[in-house]
Amino acid sequence: MRGSASSNPAEGTHLRGDETIVKIMVAGAFSVGKTTLIGTMSEIRPLRTEEVMTAASVPVDDLEGRPDKSATTVALDFGRLSLSPELVLYLFGAPGQQRFFPILRHLAHGALGALVLVDTRHLAQSYPVIGAVEELGLAYAIAVNEFPDAPRHTPEELRAAMDLSEQTPLVFFDARDRPSSKNALISLASYLLTLLPERTR
Amino acid sequence: MTASRRVRGPGLVGLHVVTGGRSEPSRNHFDFVTTVRISGPGLERTGLSPEQRRVLELCQPGALTVAEIGAYLVLPLSVLRVLLADLMERGHITTNGKFYAVQAADREVLEAVLEGLRKL
Repeated sequence: MRGSASSNPAEGTHLRGDETIVKIMVAGAFSVGKTTLIGTMSEIRPLRTEEVMTAASVPVDDLEGRPDKSATTVALDFGRLSLSPELVLYLFGAPGQQRFFPILRHLAHGALGALVLVDTRHLAQSYPVIGAVEELGLAYAIAVNEFPDAPRHTPEELRAAMDLSEQTPLVFFDARDRPSSKNALISLASYLLTLLPERTR
Repeated sequence: MTASRRVRGPGLVGLHVVTGGRSEPSRNHFDFVTTVRISGPGLERTGLSPEQRRVLELCQPGALTVAEIGAYLVLPLSVLRVLLADLMERGHITTNGKFYAVQAADREVLEAVLEGLRKL
């Protein structure tokens, strides 16, 4: 790959263009470790871009009380991971709030599934995120990011609190740690495979 | 956009599609993970906007996804899609053609994802 311009900011990261591309959503409340996980796993410098939701797609939002806001910008953090020479996985994080719903739906379209990150210090913040992911129709696994000072709970307690179905995977992990983050993704991918037979024709 | 397709069949579709998610594949040719590459390197570039030329320069060495182009050029994706659609119409770029369509998730792809993750 010879770049004519050595100042190409994407230098060394170009693809061939014929790879199979898949994407997985990393969901979770604010500061739960989404960007950390993406940075831990990504083989390129984690990147950020923006998606703008225009007035036409913004739902009436009484709770926010910002009727004059004509456009909402959603930051899209993402990273990339080559799983083979032919297969590239994109991990993308997006805010989980319901008010970003139209744009989340747009971004999640075609995603294999979602890894929902949870911080047990703020467990209740994960409820609306889980609700949003469910409403998007994405299959998901729960990954509890174990912050050092977070209270410890048993999986059973957490399952009950989050009202998870029996099949939904729940793993404990550290978003700063690669093997641990990888393991969380593996639990999601394994789960997605189990769903396949009953969901395909 | 339906030109030579040497890639494997699509099938990169979330399970949600099967469970009643909406289908709107026709309009949106530029998912943020759609790869873009230059198809007409020799084409005359007069008439293109500065941003469009930057897109072509960025993709000169190889393909990049829509999200990567947006990030490197600091362009919101909604704006970038308009520029890309125009570039495609003019024959400057092509995509990997994997626009998500309504169909079942591909077991082969999921297995490859799992295997790839385990090998990391």
